[in-house]
Amino acid sequence: MSSTLEVKDLQTHFFTRAGVVKAVDGVSFSLQRGKVLGLVGESGSGKSVSGFSIMGLVDEPGRIVGGSIRFQGRELVGLPEPEMRALRGNRIAMIFQDPMMTLNPVLRIDVQMIETVLAHEKVSHTEARARARDALGMVGIPSPDERLKSYPHQFSGGMRQRVAIAIALLHRPDLIVADEPTTALDVTIQGQILAQVQKLATELGTALIWITHDLSVVAGLADDIAVMYAGRVVESGSVDAVLDAPLHPYTHGLIGSVPSRNRRGAPLQQIPGMTPSVINLPPGCAFRARCPRADGACLETPAMAELLPGRTARCFHPHLESVPA
Amino acid sequence: MTVFLLRRLLQAIGVVLAMTVLVFLGVFAVGDPVEILISPEADQLERERAIRELGLDLPLWRQYLVFLGNALQGDLGRSFVFNEPALQLIYQRMPATLELALGATFLALLIGLPLGLYAGLRPNAWGSRTIMAGSILGFSLPTFWVGLMLIMVFAVQLGWLPSTGRGETVTILGMRWSFLTWDGLLHMAMPMFSLSLSRIGLVIRLTRSGVRENMVMDYVKFARAKGLSPNRIVFVHVFRNILIPVVTVMGLELGGTIAFSVVTESVFAWPGMGKLIIDSINVLDRPVIVAYLMLIVLMFIVINLLVDLSYSVLDPRVRLESRE
Repeated sequence: MSSTLEVKDLQTHFFTRAGVVKAVDGVSFSLQRGKVLGLVGESGSGKSVSGFSIMGLVDEPGRIVGGSIRFQGRELVGLPEPEMRALRGNRIAMIFQDPMMTLNPVLRIDVQMIETVLAHEKVSHTEARARARDALGMVGIPSPDERLKSYPHQFSGGMRQRVAIAIALLHRPDLIVADEPTTALDVTIQGQILAQVQKLATELGTALIWITHDLSVVAGLADDIAVMYAGRVVESGSVDAVLDAPLHPYTHGLIGSVPSRNRRGAPLQQIPGMTPSVINLPPGCAFRARCPRADGACLETPAMAELLPGRTARCFHPHLESVPA
Repeated sequence: MTVFLLRRLLQAIGVVLAMTVLVFLGVFAVGDPVEILISPEADQLERERAIRELGLDLPLWRQYLVFLGNALQGDLGRSFVFNEPALQLIYQRMPATLELALGATFLALLIGLPLGLYAGLRPNAWGSRTIMAGSILGFSLPTFWVGLMLIMVFAVQLGWLPSTGRGETVTILGMRWSFLTWDGLLHMAMPMFSLSLSRIGLVIRLTRSGVRENMVMDYVKFARAKGLSPNRIVFVHVFRNILIPVVTVMGLELGGTIAFSVVTESVFAWPGMGKLIIDSINVLDRPVIVAYLMLIVLMFIVINLLVDLSYSVLDPRVRLESRE
């Protein structure tokens, strides 16, 4: 079976006055139909920029300078804007982080939904409206007919995110890029939205890229995981395998710093230091300054290598010893 | 909604009252109209008769109360100079000023919005830099100088446009309007443009900064992620948001445009209210001054009210009434 999405060695750089910001510098992953990939990393690790790169929405002074993004076998890097626009919102949709900011405050919900339908399909206004209403119903918004006539400010944050999800689902896309869609929401609402999205993605066969910094969200939702650090994917594999026995010291540290019931009373482990600035990043492993295992070998940039079947990591000293045989 | 309007009305009455007191005191402090109005050769008897007729023999506070009493009956007094009701004098000249000010505002939006949009969408283009430099000229060149230059070029040298007066007019609702005839429009062209020049600059800058602020907002990125065409994003999504500050500022400016079109009216001999008030101040014609200022204050209040109402049309977040 061919992949819905295949990203290979993606490089998106921002050409600023202070220097070249290599926000994404070698990101590879692939995603099968109906699967969920968790793209995990700290702030500034390049996970959002990866998402926008897939959407073809990287703003100046940013540019995709290398690599390839193949969507259903079709190369997206370098695709002319009109063709990219025909895909956006249609076959590839996106959900943003802050639901308070993503809907236009001065336009009614129906206007914002119907225009999305009409942007990609030649249907009557009435039919577009019916589609919008169905989509609102699908994401669990009560009395969708009335709610269509509302303005965004008449919705709560969670409801607005549902509307954004409904908009993303209007054309039953093959891929949804979700950029931390639950970060700005209450924990209770988070759970509801997660369950809803998972259910809908499974029902519609939509592949999902879930960008987050929250490992617990990924653990419950994703099939695969890709951990990003300083613009690169440092480890990827199936969620269960990676979370049970992380290979890369960074992943190891990340998981160690999540509070857990098994280690009650023990001090929480931390990763020392801070994420490096991606402006003029020196060569070599970007994590070496914070890594307990770093040595002279780490002055060179490690390549992404398949260390175990289905599991890759970018490290000279992976935690292979902790992997159960 | 009704409460809101009522409160506005009460505020308006308060403001008008305060203003009349100030004007009464102000005109009283500036000088004695008797000295200007009555010929120096008049004898004592004639003087006293005239003073009594004008009601200037009473102490100031009595004069004020008399004025208030009359005002309540819709009589704002008679002009000392023309011996006509002050309001009538003003009404005769109001259409000229109104059409000039509204025309200038309309022209400012017509020219300023597209230029501002362009400059905001292509901030680094050569054309945008030219527009922005031009907008600085627009609101820093003095109006009277622009007016004189326009007259020199278009009236004196090219002979294309008439430089004085209102031209042919059409009477509607008992008022004379120039903008409905071709000749009237030709007469309006220069004063209107000269009055609108600084407002064009203002609209350009407001629009440009609005576009630049809005284009980086998440809702624009989301609209792009929905696959909308750039035209729809700019003209439906962004434009509605930009209109909010533009309408507010231009609405508030409209009051100022009406009240301070004095200079333009003088340069182009446009027979509007501005010219009337300058003449009245020169001869201390108090009833006209008071009536004019009352009218201007009312106009400001009405315009502000309209701006508030239009604001609530444009921005659903500030809608006054709750629907359910």
